[in-house]
Amino acid sequence: MTAVLTKSSAHSIVEASPRAKIVAGGLVILYAVITILPLLWIVATAFKSQSDAIAYPPKVIFEPTLEGYVNLFTVRTRQTPDFIAKLPPPETWYDKLVRQRDMVIAGPSKVVPRFVNSLIIGFGSTFLAVFLGTLAAYAFSRFRIPLADDLLFFILSTRMMPPVAVAIPIYLMYRQLNLTDTRLGMILLYTAVNVSLAVWLLKGFIDEIPREYEEAALVDGYTRLQALRKVVLPQAVTGIAATAIFCLIFSWNEYAFAVLLTSGEAQTMPPFIPFIIGEGGQDWPAVAAATTLFVIPIVLFTVLLRKHLLRGITFGAVRK
Amino acid sequence: MAQIRVENLRKSFDQFTAVEGSNFTIDDGAFFALLGPSGCGKTTTLRMIAGLELPTDGKIMLNGEDVTFRRAAARDIAFVFQLFALYPHMNVAENIGFPLKCQGMARREIRECVQETARLLRIEHLLSSKTSKLSGGDRQRVALGRAMVRRPKAFLMDEPLGALDAEFRHLMCGELRDLHDRIGATTVYVTHDQLEAMSMADRIAVMNKGCIEQIGSPQEVYDRPASMFVADFIGSPPMNFLRFESGLRSGDRAVAFHSVSVEVPEIREDRASAPLALGIRPEHIRFADAAPVRGEVFGAEYLGTTQIVTVDTAHGRVAARLPSSASVRIGETVGLEFHSERLALFDVGSGLAIRTANERSARRG
Repeated sequence: MTAVLTKSSAHSIVEASPRAKIVAGGLVILYAVITILPLLWIVATAFKSQSDAIAYPPKVIFEPTLEGYVNLFTVRTRQTPDFIAKLPPPETWYDKLVRQRDMVIAGPSKVVPRFVNSLIIGFGSTFLAVFLGTLAAYAFSRFRIPLADDLLFFILSTRMMPPVAVAIPIYLMYRQLNLTDTRLGMILLYTAVNVSLAVWLLKGFIDEIPREYEEAALVDGYTRLQALRKVVLPQAVTGIAATAIFCLIFSWNEYAFAVLLTSGEAQTMPPFIPFIIGEGGQDWPAVAAATTLFVIPIVLFTVLLRKHLLRGITFGAVRK
Repeated sequence: MAQIRVENLRKSFDQFTAVEGSNFTIDDGAFFALLGPSGCGKTTTLRMIAGLELPTDGKIMLNGEDVTFRRAAARDIAFVFQLFALYPHMNVAENIGFPLKCQGMARREIRECVQETARLLRIEHLLSSKTSKLSGGDRQRVALGRAMVRRPKAFLMDEPLGALDAEFRHLMCGELRDLHDRIGATTVYVTHDQLEAMSMADRIAVMNKGCIEQIGSPQEVYDRPASMFVADFIGSPPMNFLRFESGLRSGDRAVAFHSVSVEVPEIREDRASAPLALGIRPEHIRFADAAPVRGEVFGAEYLGTTQIVTVDTAHGRVAARLPSSASVRIGETVGLEFHSERLALFDVGSGLAIRTANERSARRG
């Protein structure tokens, strides 16, 4: 937003008029609101009660409750009021909250292990894809590889159809290999999907780094690998960050394969969230609470790397 | 310090041959220039000496030791790149100290060496600056510092002044030569700029299309070019060629240039009639009313102390360097007199110089 409102750049011929700035600013604010509104709605829904969540017309003002979060993290059973009255007094605030609705907590829900799965699989596959992608991109960028263009095209071709198109063969293959519903299986799968993107993106970045840098290091006493680590990588960090974010967003959000290949042990958040069932159907506040928590890591990751991301996306667009 | 010997060095990329069977020896402490137009193989030759490129064939000897397939780091040479290749994530001191860090030298020693090198290059005040803040010349000094700091056996420089502006290039030429005289390291210098090569090098190898056309001192290369290519490439404006056809006899002191007899240095070989070219440097032409080779003045270019006058003759256009005091009118007919002892003769078919009393030893390398 500030970029629009700041003074005109050296390239613009005339300074934007105040009215134009107001219009531009207004448009940006409008766009931001439209983009953020669904997210805000989800965050708000997580604090509604069951009935408020499905009320029609939708309630904007409501009494906030932590029921959604409690429901997300626990498994509950319904009991008779007599049974509840006979129990010792509730030890915690969430025990109390649940008993008010004639229920008792039977144990923790599966959300924590699912979340951990998402973290391990998402970050694991991102790391692998970026690691392998960097090495491959470096090789393609620097060495004379026979059939390099054909190989690169082959790598790109793996992205030419939606990965889900090969879901059935992959499922059959995974069953043979006992990889269904394992974290390793999911990491390998997401790595395979992401690595082509990583190779292409990173090759572009590494191509932009003059090879004289490594050659200078090679002459000065580094081996090829040392030169890569100490000279090339520090300069490619922008590209690596941008690539990592793209890879993480894919594997974090991936739904179709997760539904198909995981059901228990290795299930990630995307297939878990829609099936959070309460009494009488979907527990919308709990779903919203899970979604809120699910969005946080990727937002954090992106915010941490946003400087690189911005530079990364526009990298090479302008000749310096 | 070291002597560098290159034997039958050849490099081809797929079908393209970049360097074809080069042979030369660079004496210990010499300043050797590889000169040629872009794409002539001079940079590839340098990169093979450095170990950044492996030769297809041939040998590279450093102080008599075969290093042809040794890795760059194990050759103990330093390389200066055209674009300086200073590491952008390090400051000046870290850049200069980098080669020592690679060798695992202790931090305090590195600091001392860096200080000393910086003093030699007069860039001590820049040591803690960011490389991106430096001017082109300072960057080049830092790049030189990084090359010098570990006292390598030889310096290899790939058009190190190519990225500087003309004024500064001249200054750095002097500085580089001065530095070379002070530390006396064997230097191989690649350039396409004949002035750089002529003003700095002890010896020049002129390359064309992967072949070395001639190796010699700047004077030899200028005064006795071994081929039409060298004659044309070196000198500004280049040597004039006047074509004619004639046979040659050893011992003759004149050639039949069309209907005119032109005096030349004594010819040392016999040749059947073939297309030949008379090579004349612009400064070896004088206007003389009685001279039999005549032409019409086409234009004059004033250069301060001299002027370049172009004359259209019946056998081609000729550029003459005359004192700027001489008055010439465009369109007037003038006679051209040549400084006969300095003329060169070339066989147009092969492009090679014909041996005369003037052109003795310089042959294609």
